[in-house]
Amino acid sequence: MFTIISEHWGELVSGLGYTLGSSVIALIGSLVVGTVFALMEISTYRWVRGIGRTYVEIIRNIPLLVITMGFYVIVPTFFVKIDGFTAGTIGLMIYTSAFIAETIRAGIEAVSTGQMEGARSVGLTYGQAMTHIILPQAVKMVIPPLGNQFINLVKNSSVLAFVAGFDLMYQGKIIASTTFNTFDTYLAVGVFYLIITMPLSYLMRYLEKKWVTA
Amino acid sequence: MKRRLRLLLPILLLGLAVILSSCGTNVAKQDALQNAKDTKTIVWGVKADTRLFGLMDIKTGKIKGFEIDLADALTKQILGKDATATMVQVTSDTRVPLLKAGNIDAVIATMTITPDRKKVLDFTNSYFNAGQSILVKKGSPIKSVKDLKAGTKVIGVQGSNSVDNIKKVAPDATVLQLSDYAQAFTALKSGQGDALTTDNGILYGMSQQDPNYVVVGGSFTQEPYGIAVNKGQTNFVKALNKALAELRANGEYKKLVDKWFGDIPGFDAKEVS
Amino acid sequence: MQEFLNAYSWVNLRFLLDGLWVTIEVSVVSIIFSFIIGTLLGLGRYVQVKYFSAIVGFIIDIIRNLPLLLILFFTYFSLPSIGIRLSVVPASIVAMTIFESAMLAEIVRSGISAVAVGQMEAARSNGLTYMQAMRYIVMPQAFRKMIPPIVSQFISLVKDTSLATIILLPDLTEHAQIIYGQNVNYVIPMFVALAAIYFVVNFVLSQASRWLEKRLSRSKIN
Repeated sequence: MFTIISEHWGELVSGLGYTLGSSVIALIGSLVVGTVFALMEISTYRWVRGIGRTYVEIIRNIPLLVITMGFYVIVPTFFVKIDGFTAGTIGLMIYTSAFIAETIRAGIEAVSTGQMEGARSVGLTYGQAMTHIILPQAVKMVIPPLGNQFINLVKNSSVLAFVAGFDLMYQGKIIASTTFNTFDTYLAVGVFYLIITMPLSYLMRYLEKKWVTA
Repeated sequence: MKRRLRLLLPILLLGLAVILSSCGTNVAKQDALQNAKDTKTIVWGVKADTRLFGLMDIKTGKIKGFEIDLADALTKQILGKDATATMVQVTSDTRVPLLKAGNIDAVIATMTITPDRKKVLDFTNSYFNAGQSILVKKGSPIKSVKDLKAGTKVIGVQGSNSVDNIKKVAPDATVLQLSDYAQAFTALKSGQGDALTTDNGILYGMSQQDPNYVVVGGSFTQEPYGIAVNKGQTNFVKALNKALAELRANGEYKKLVDKWFGDIPGFDAKEVS
Repeated sequence: MQEFLNAYSWVNLRFLLDGLWVTIEVSVVSIIFSFIIGTLLGLGRYVQVKYFSAIVGFIIDIIRNLPLLLILFFTYFSLPSIGIRLSVVPASIVAMTIFESAMLAEIVRSGISAVAVGQMEAARSNGLTYMQAMRYIVMPQAFRKMIPPIVSQFISLVKDTSLATIILLPDLTEHAQIIYGQNVNYVIPMFVALAAIYFVVNFVLSQASRWLEKRLSRSKIN
């Protein structure tokens, strides 16, 4: 395994870079999109709630691979040319946004509704109450699940291998087919993934213990 | 104590991984020919995404193509009329690992004989002479490999030597490697690349499926296809070569070439056999 | 429009259904095995043997933190090097079982630890041994709480079988790819079909889970 790592260090590190890049971009994007849909799901207007729920339900029940391949194959044909990395990252973003929407919605709803009433009765608008009272508490509650979503993103980013996204798994496949040594190559790829996911996983567990006792 | 254990465990598991990776299997060492004779079966790795050579027929769920027919004929030639040729679907990426693992006995899947591959596998004599070329959309400004300059994207398939060749011939182009030919062609049609490169036989099949895409520039390498087996299987290679020669002698081989490639414009049967 | 509908010819639909059958097959077998193994692993964290819990926990953590795709590759391509040779369907099942067992083990573990620690103390103070307390008090409550995350994990499993396309498992996604690979006009119809079929299967599963939850919370008074 160590020969593979030393001989193909460049490709593995480059792949890791693409993996992380895709995960970070997708995380930020899905946070934004997820929050939008979370707010839609708790809106007072029925049709807005309907749109939010439909989006979340549909996306959550379709495989990530299908969403990603859809972007890779369909979008460039009809709309705008996007490459594998972009298609994969957008796919990741859309897929994860549905899960994040649910997490954020649960967080907002968990913060007691009494807080909203209390805030409004002191004269804050809906927007002010959200920004200064509700969301900060919800945020603290959702950081551990979000951390876990990021770990999931890093793992799910392996779907970039299907669309020539130049990520760690893509590079791993190429190295495996050129060296004919599948055992050591995939072992090395596993180590590279674990370097990111294991520490994060332990960090999340630690944070959960610390904050849940709040 | 628990903290020390936490640190010790990764080291132990890493050690286990290193030990395991130095174990090998002996599947490759068993005599494949003897195995085949005992079981009256040869397991072939074939393509199922490549028109003319090996393509999945949606109606029947069976793979059909030149290589499938050839594999079948060879099996019966070596083992007799009641022998079975089992087809296992492979891609350029998976054919060597599966052969080395013993999941298949032989690879007959548009595999070019190259010196690098000969280091890890044994090949029979060539059964088809292809040449590498490129496929582009009709009307594309790319007329040959010379036009694949910096900024152009070329699509190839992981595990095929076409990828190595194109990198040598067009070093400035970006190469995207997809998992099999069907994915690659779909990507080309979606506009993910400006050209697709592999052997001309495969490209002709794609062009046949969608005449909006044409083979241009002629072939710029020689790609003799051979049947690949595990290294050291000399008896098996001898038997396959003998059977191949017999099929050429009795006209079976020519029949198959005409059946699959007879009506391809620009195809020279003499050139490929 | 005509081309769009042509994609849904009887031949194509049958091919898709053949793929769906494989998807369901692999999913169900993996679910059954990973439920058994996952529960055992999850309980293994609570076995009072000295280093056992830590080792089991560590292995579970490693598997949970790896991409399923990597585990698939390793099972199909790398295991033969140490003598374990599997064909596509068994390899897919084994890989999914390994991954899902680790996921379930974690669900089981957090489910058990969520049930109030006080319950264990109360049970022990009434004379039950550790194992008896586990079996009769903690586990039943824990399992009821675990049903939503477990079902959600199963839905993930059904979706994740699509990843096995890369080792040519002839599942729903792979068959759809074959169909649209042979005719570019079928691309969009196939994706629509894929989305629709997966949605229906998973939606039914999640509705079934809600029904199950309701029934279980009705029958036991908590």
